[in-house]
Amino acid sequence: MLDTLLLSRIQFAANISFHILFPTITIALAWFLAFFKLKYDLTGHPVWLRAYRFWVKIFALSFALGVVSGITMSFQFGTNWPGFMEKVGNIAGPLLGYEVLTAFFMEATFLGIMLFGMKRVPPKIHTLATFLVAIGTTLSAFWILSLNSWMQTPTGFELRDGIVYPTDWFEVIFNPSFGYRFFHMLLASALTASFLIAGVSAYRMLKNDEKHAPKKALTVALTVAALLTPIQAFVGDLHGLNTLKHQPQKIAAMEGVWETEKGAPLLLFAIPNEEEKRNDFAIGIPNMASFILTHDVNGEIKGLNEFKGEHPPVKPVFFGFRIMVGMGMLMILVAFVTRFTLWKKGELPKWQLKALVAMTFSGWIATLAGWYVTEIGRQPYIVSGVLRVEDAVTTIASENVLFTLVGYLTIYAILLYAYIRTLFHTASKSVEVEEYDMKEFAEEVTRV
Amino acid sequence: MFNPEYLSLIYAGLMALAVLVYAILDGYDLGVGMMIPLDDKETADTMIASIGPFWDANETWLVLAVGLAFIAFPQAHSMILQALYIPVVFLLFGLIMRGVAFDFRAKARVKRQRRWDKVFKFGSLLTSFAQGYMLGLYVIGFDNTPLAHAFAIFSGIGVVCAYGLIGSAWLIMKCEGKLQQDAISWCKKFARVAFVGVLLVSIINPVINEWIYERWFDLPMALVVMPAPIICLSLFVILELVLQKLPKSPNSGAWLPFLISAFIFVLCFFGLVYSFYPFVVPGKLTIFEAVADASALTFLLYGVVIVVPTLIAYTLFSYRVFWGKVQPLSYY
Repeated sequence: MLDTLLLSRIQFAANISFHILFPTITIALAWFLAFFKLKYDLTGHPVWLRAYRFWVKIFALSFALGVVSGITMSFQFGTNWPGFMEKVGNIAGPLLGYEVLTAFFMEATFLGIMLFGMKRVPPKIHTLATFLVAIGTTLSAFWILSLNSWMQTPTGFELRDGIVYPTDWFEVIFNPSFGYRFFHMLLASALTASFLIAGVSAYRMLKNDEKHAPKKALTVALTVAALLTPIQAFVGDLHGLNTLKHQPQKIAAMEGVWETEKGAPLLLFAIPNEEEKRNDFAIGIPNMASFILTHDVNGEIKGLNEFKGEHPPVKPVFFGFRIMVGMGMLMILVAFVTRFTLWKKGELPKWQLKALVAMTFSGWIATLAGWYVTEIGRQPYIVSGVLRVEDAVTTIASENVLFTLVGYLTIYAILLYAYIRTLFHTASKSVEVEEYDMKEFAEEVTRV
Repeated sequence: MFNPEYLSLIYAGLMALAVLVYAILDGYDLGVGMMIPLDDKETADTMIASIGPFWDANETWLVLAVGLAFIAFPQAHSMILQALYIPVVFLLFGLIMRGVAFDFRAKARVKRQRRWDKVFKFGSLLTSFAQGYMLGLYVIGFDNTPLAHAFAIFSGIGVVCAYGLIGSAWLIMKCEGKLQQDAISWCKKFARVAFVGVLLVSIINPVINEWIYERWFDLPMALVVMPAPIICLSLFVILELVLQKLPKSPNSGAWLPFLISAFIFVLCFFGLVYSFYPFVVPGKLTIFEAVADASALTFLLYGVVIVVPTLIAYTLFSYRVFWGKVQPLSYY
């Protein structure tokens, strides 16, 4: 029988998975929009305005989906995880409070001006509003990532009667893993938005969109992707070293290391076998995991067996990590090849455009896989070493949770379908009926 | 670090402010959402355009209210939300529906737009009703009896009418021509039903709760607070008189119904707070018992002192930008 704990976990996992898709887009897309708008203000060239006008629609849609699923999450803390705030509310509360006060209102208010106010305010104010929305989305990520990092590597608090009390807010906010997570997430967002812009622009070009805006947006997006993919790999590596230091059990699960060993191999493929505490069908590069993680071919990596009852379920973490890294490598490859072709030939052959369309949502896949690694990797704790998941869950009857879970899953499935459809519908519509023709600007555009 | 007693009062005050601002602001846009016609695209577009730049920020006040409960009165937050588990989920479904439909309708294929309009309308209605239902269960102390649920349903209808009232008052202010005239007649109907609702609640509450009766009718406080319900009920009469005279040409006084409705909201809310203070969960938990750790609340208070005035300033700025009669929305 499904119990309240399991159902609540599935419900929260579903909710957070759905929610994260949209901030992942909007955090960086807001900066792309600010860039397009600034370029338009500086050059006065309509191609930037067109890029802005197309992507601001997608931004609005993504933002709306992020808002509604975010509100749902803020309620779920109370409905499904009352133990969370009873035990750690003194820290989680103010961090979330600062998010709402500093970021949420700012985004939501200036979004109105950004979306509908261009004719009503001077251009500078409109550009400022666009920047404020971008700053708001980033600030929002700052607070949320701070809280999430604190849950992974808690510092700056003391426990009294099982309840957490803050002792040093600076240590709480800038806890040991915060910097790595924050930049890893910002880069993830930048890449997700880049591949989305590149994919949808490529789709328009494949549909014979003769206008210049898609190509301009595509070029900007691919430049950003080519610059940032290697940086993301580097930051990810640093993040891994930080995790080894603070959460060795998570690394052991990611690498599939059961017994503590020196010179651990890097497993390219394996099926972790939790009953027998070993891997089946393992293919690996000898000594490589030790080398990457400790920068010593014979470095020691602690095995899962040292963390009996305290280590996460191995399979999802192990595979999640491989999906994230695999997708990341593919993104590096595609970004480099397409940006190079664009630089050499000035345009992309059809097969490369198609590849970009296929990669439209690659950022989503990598981000989700990464989040599963980090979140499942913290199990069985909600707050590492402080609060276990089963001590935070609600006492509501499981039928109620099941009922609402089915409701959420249905709504989310419909919305995701509608979102993707609408995204490509908006793209095809703009191929047919863009507001004004740009022929007279064609020459100028090539020089921009 | 502040004294916990002051912190309880400060945060209870902030929470009350957030709830009140939410009820007025999201109240009007939910009200407009409930009333959009399904057979007249142009009118629906105008109505939605009137709330387009605002609904998102309006809804954020709900997040703030819930967030403040979470931060300042965690025990109350979890007691209330667990007791209201199912209606909360309906509220969320409603909010999700209208929030996304608003954006999808502008971008979907023409034949699908009507479908999103239905979702928008239904979502607005569901959200409003769920809020009223939750309010009803809250004031009756989360009793799980058929009578309590009947009262909650009654309260749900009451909130739907209250939002309809302020929503149509918003339309009177923001629109012209036939739509404005329609809004005037909607406003009259909602005001009459809301009047009956407020009157009934004012009678029922002190009758079933002895301590509410004492609070309102014991001298000398009675002399101070009794004017509130009297003014509130007379505002309905004034509203009726104002509505009889509208529309005027030129469009003077079109903002009056909204102002009066907002005042009615303030007074009703005052009545509610006065009846239940200092309880945060009626009859079970006071704000002084439920308050969270003082150092955490003090830490957040620095932010509140700096941010809230800024927030109010840019909210006013945004309303000023979109001042005047509604214009068609286009994404720029």
